Amino acid sequence: MTLYEFFIDPFAQFAFMRRALAACLALSLACGPVGIFLLLRRMSLMGDALSHALLPGVAVGFLIAGFSLPAMTIGGFIAGLGVVLLAGTAARFTLLREDASFAALQLISMALGVLIVSTKGGNVNLMHILFGSVLAVDDQALLITAAIASLSLLLLVFIYRPLIIDSFDPGYLQRSGSSGMRWQLLFLATVAMDLVAGFQAMGAMMAVGIMMLPAIAARFWAKEIWSLMATSIVLALGSGVFGLLFSFHYRLPSGPAIILTAGMLHLFSMMFAPLGIVRSRLLRHGRHRKG
Amino acid sequence: MNSAIACRNLTLGYDRHPAVHHLSGSFALGSLTAITGPNGAGKSTLLKGILGLLPPLGGTIKIADSLQGTISYLPQQTDLEADFPISVWDAVTMGHWRRVGAWRSLGRESHLQTQEALRRVGLQGFERRSVGSLSGGQRQRVLFARLLVEDAALILLDEPFAAIDQRTVNDLLAIVQAWHAQGRTVLAVLHDLEQIRHHFPQCLYLVRHALAWGETDKVLTPELVAHGRVMSESWDESAPYCFVESS
Repeated sequence: MTLYEFFIDPFAQFAFMRRALAACLALSLACGPVGIFLLLRRMSLMGDALSHALLPGVAVGFLIAGFSLPAMTIGGFIAGLGVVLLAGTAARFTLLREDASFAALQLISMALGVLIVSTKGGNVNLMHILFGSVLAVDDQALLITAAIASLSLLLLVFIYRPLIIDSFDPGYLQRSGSSGMRWQLLFLATVAMDLVAGFQAMGAMMAVGIMMLPAIAARFWAKEIWSLMATSIVLALGSGVFGLLFSFHYRLPSGPAIILTAGMLHLFSMMFAPLGIVRSRLLRHGRHRKG
Repeated sequence: MNSAIACRNLTLGYDRHPAVHHLSGSFALGSLTAITGPNGAGKSTLLKGILGLLPPLGGTIKIADSLQGTISYLPQQTDLEADFPISVWDAVTMGHWRRVGAWRSLGRESHLQTQEALRRVGLQGFERRSVGSLSGGQRQRVLFARLLVEDAALILLDEPFAAIDQRTVNDLLAIVQAWHAQGRTVLAVLHDLEQIRHHFPQCLYLVRHALAWGETDKVLTPELVAHGRVMSESWDESAPYCFVESS
């Protein structure tokens, strides 16, 4: 197999591969920066919890409208937003911290979602909803994915400054007469939007992988917020392209192929990136600068 | 003299247990006051109450109208996320938040103010460094630069000089003195009694209530300091409820 056959041919020949590629590009651009903020705010597991929490909404959308992407997307977003608001409120008015409330709601949502889908849809639909299939992305799905991803990116720009302030000095905004809570909720809404956007291509369980793995790997390459975000986007896109190609050539399910590619990039970064194990621990051992 | 902050029978606390108990008195406008006392005496809690972050369990706390919306606060360093990759310049620029909010552009004047603040705390040339790579003393200078940028009329400092080298303490004390000279009202939680005697004209010795409050020389008598140490009462799970008067 020539390089052309491996890298270009699948996209040149098949429209579904081109659509999948476009979906991956949209998701990388939206999820990369958001993942960095989740990481830096020590909320790496929050995306995971939130992705589970979307499930009952998706399931209800499925119950009402059958296998209709807009219905399931709207359902998922409403469920995600509901859980964000509930967890935030619970953190404020009870002794539970936000992560504990999230954990509780996630478990309830997950069980509820699986219950709803399996009573009506059967196992095939359940698998599809949980793990998605990027190769089944049609024009409508691509449009929905790209639109939500763009909106979430705009929302992130909108809250960028307060989000950075709140991440460095939690409580600063509240002390300065603005509610830190409001920005946190808007940020979690952004996360929910990205997860919903990724849900058709990746499935509810895998969508969070394209958000967190590249972000975590980026930590080994960059030090400033902007460069972390840029690295995260590039790594996410790389995982998308190679994951799709692996999935195409070796007949693997696309979602796991993309996430595993991201996982391999993460392991590689951890070892060989500028801030990774080899270069920061082994090679530079005993060498230091003069000033 | 006009009061900047007036406490009337103020009780602040957590979970219905008082940390500040029936405190009455006031901080004068333009005064420079050290708040001291044993651990758990309610010093930080009092600052939180003044900031409005903790609603009183009883009594009232009144901030002068001229100070509303122009209060700065120096958090304890452990409250910061020092790992967050933010540059010294950006951290100091945060002080413009009240004026620019989330979306307005910073403009040339803000730029100059940030520059001037960095110069005054002796951090020129550190603009691009990340806050996480700084020493504790340098980080405290960054936070003081942010306070300078905020340009507030009432400044609350929570243990500003804890675990900081002497040179930094002297530099930052000079900034506190300058604030006082400019007529700003400054409250600082401190432990070093010598420092308080030398630099802070007013002192509040807090042991949940005010053990003494007034001019520093009259507050920090040897008897009182010895007395304060044994007064540090413990949290009593079965403490009876105070009689609550309607105010």
